[in-house]
Order: sequence, then C-alpha cells, then structure tokens
Amino acid sequence: MAVGPSDSVIVTKLDLLANWVRKNSLWPMPFATACCGIELMATGASRHDIARFGAEAMRFSPRQCDLMIVAGRVVMKMLPVLQRIWLQMPEPKWCISMGACASSGGVFDTYAVVQGIDRFIPVDIYVPGCPPRPEQLLQSVIDLQAVIQRTGTITGAEFRARTRSEAPQTLALDITGADRLVAPGNYQSATRLQK
Amino acid sequence: MTYGEAVSRLKERFGADAIKTTEFRDNRRIHVGTDTVYAVLECLKRDCGFDMLAELSAADYLHYPNATDRYGIWYVLVNCNDGARIVVKTFANDPDPAVPSVYSLWRGADWMEREVYDMYGVVFEGHPDLRRILMPDEFTAYPMRKDYPMRGRGERHNFPIITRAES
Repeated sequence: MAVGPSDSVIVTKLDLLANWVRKNSLWPMPFATACCGIELMATGASRHDIARFGAEAMRFSPRQCDLMIVAGRVVMKMLPVLQRIWLQMPEPKWCISMGACASSGGVFDTYAVVQGIDRFIPVDIYVPGCPPRPEQLLQSVIDLQAVIQRTGTITGAEFRARTRSEAPQTLALDITGADRLVAPGNYQSATRLQK
Repeated sequence: MTYGEAVSRLKERFGADAIKTTEFRDNRRIHVGTDTVYAVLECLKRDCGFDMLAELSAADYLHYPNATDRYGIWYVLVNCNDGARIVVKTFANDPDPAVPSVYSLWRGADWMEREVYDMYGVVFEGHPDLRRILMPDEFTAYPMRKDYPMRGRGERHNFPIITRAES
C-alpha cells in the first residue's frame, strides 16, 4: 500500500508559508505629517476598515511595526527622524509612500521640502493622490500583499538584492545657477526659474 | 489714548522730524528710525496705553518699487482698554541689519523676534536668546530674503541615502 500525505496535510514551500503569514498581518507605523494622515485615519476607521486586510494593528512605536506608511510632506528637518524611525523597525519591513507630497514633494517645491522620500529611504509602494482616498490606500495594501506573496523569501534575500537607491537620479527640474524668481511663473514648463 | 493723541505726544517728545506717519485704508503707521524705535515703543506702552504687542514681523523690500531701505520691521500695538491699534515701522539695511530688541518691554516678543531673525537675518540687539526657531540650527541662509532661491541651495538634498540592503 502506497504511503502518501493524507487529506489533512498540505505540502508547500516555507517561503510561501512565511509570505502568507506576513502579508496578512501587516502592522502599520503611521508616519502622518499632513492631510494624508487624516485619510489614513479614515482608512483605519469603521467605514473603510483596514482590518479587512489584516493591517489594523497600528502601533506608534517603530519597534512593533513592519509597514511604514509615510502620509504627508516630509521637510528637511523631519527627514533625519524619518530615517531613524525606519532604521528602528525590525525586519522584514515595507514602506508605503502615501500621496503626492511623500512621493515627489507635491506642490511644495520649496527649499525646505524633500522632493520624494524615496531619495533617502527605500519605498515599496507609491500611492498617488492629494490626498489619496482611503480606497486607494487599501488598494496599495492589497498590492503590497501581492508583492510580498510573489517576491518574499523567509531569509529576506529580496531585500538584500536592493543595494542601490531606487529614486530618480536627478530632479526633473533641478536648481540652476541663475535661479532667479519670476512672477507669476512659467506654467508651461512648470518651473519658476528664469532662463 | 487715540491714534492722533499718541502721534501728537510722540511728536512733542521726539520732534516732528523723527515721527513720520502714513496711512493705508484704516492702517495707520508711524515710521521711525532704528535709533529711536525702542524709545517710541516704550513711550507708546508706558504713556499712551498701547500695552499689547499684537504682531512683530518683517518684509524684504529688495526690488520693490520706490523702496529706499531693504528690511522693514513693524510692530502692531493694541490698546487693551479701547481697542485702538497702531503700527510702528522701522527699516534696516545690509550689511548687518539690526534693530533693538523689545523683549524687555514685551516678553511675547521673544519668539517673534527669533522668527524674524530666522527668516530675514535681522539681528535684535539685546535679545537674551537669539537663535533659529523654525529652521534647523545648521541652516546657514535666511530663506525669506528675496535673493534666496525658492528651491534653496540644495539643503533639501543634503542627507545620507539609505538603501534597502543596508536597512
């Protein structure tokens, strides 16, 4: 008589099992600095209910979290704090850049605002919008779950492979030498620098 | 004490040449030099009843039409008894723009003077703790000056980059 696995046993890869466990138990660290934070709160509240995707356990200590949601603009004074909090989070961890400001600086193209957090910390999912609706944030959680299920390994090898900065190398509109202001601004090229 | 009475008392004390007045709608302003601004404010507070400093701020008049001085610093005073308002305005220039601190008259001027110093680089002489209030300590420029580029000089990019492999 052949001996095989019975119906109460399944055989799978350990990676797959770890991914399945991890993706359904994301603990967000809400790094909410602006109006995106309000949408983040709405996402956590009963109407949209991020608990349906297993990510309702928001903790305000980075030591207890594995998903950083950067909601809002990050200024140059805040960025060292953001980097420190990111480094304090235990592995495995992921980062969602929520909204136009966190992803690109948004409308705040000024001396103080960092033009996209991906220039200084790694980002897994970007959410467009100003601010994004809670549905978009939920979709980003679903997408992140798909990414974890597809690429995750129990040893974290997929993280170790990302050795380079993933940000755009230069600003699309960089500061030039003759950076004089003109009013009301050249809206064709979306710059306020005079040629 | 009304605005007119306050102006006549100031002219009586400091001379008519030292006190210039301008008006824009209901905004009545007294222009004084930086050497007499402290004495004028002290007179307004102690003798004329303008006991509250409602606002202390500044502007950079670089490239402004018909402007003769670069930095304008103004003090908005309120008389808490009758609600009268008065604006005292003074001007400072490069290099080393400086005005006397009014911290000894109003403690509330502390952070307002620090903010003006932070944004425009106007030094308030006699301020007990004049350091930056909004920008980080290592910031070297004065960002609200008109000759400072709106996108800065690269301060927003001067950070270490953390890659995923090393975090």
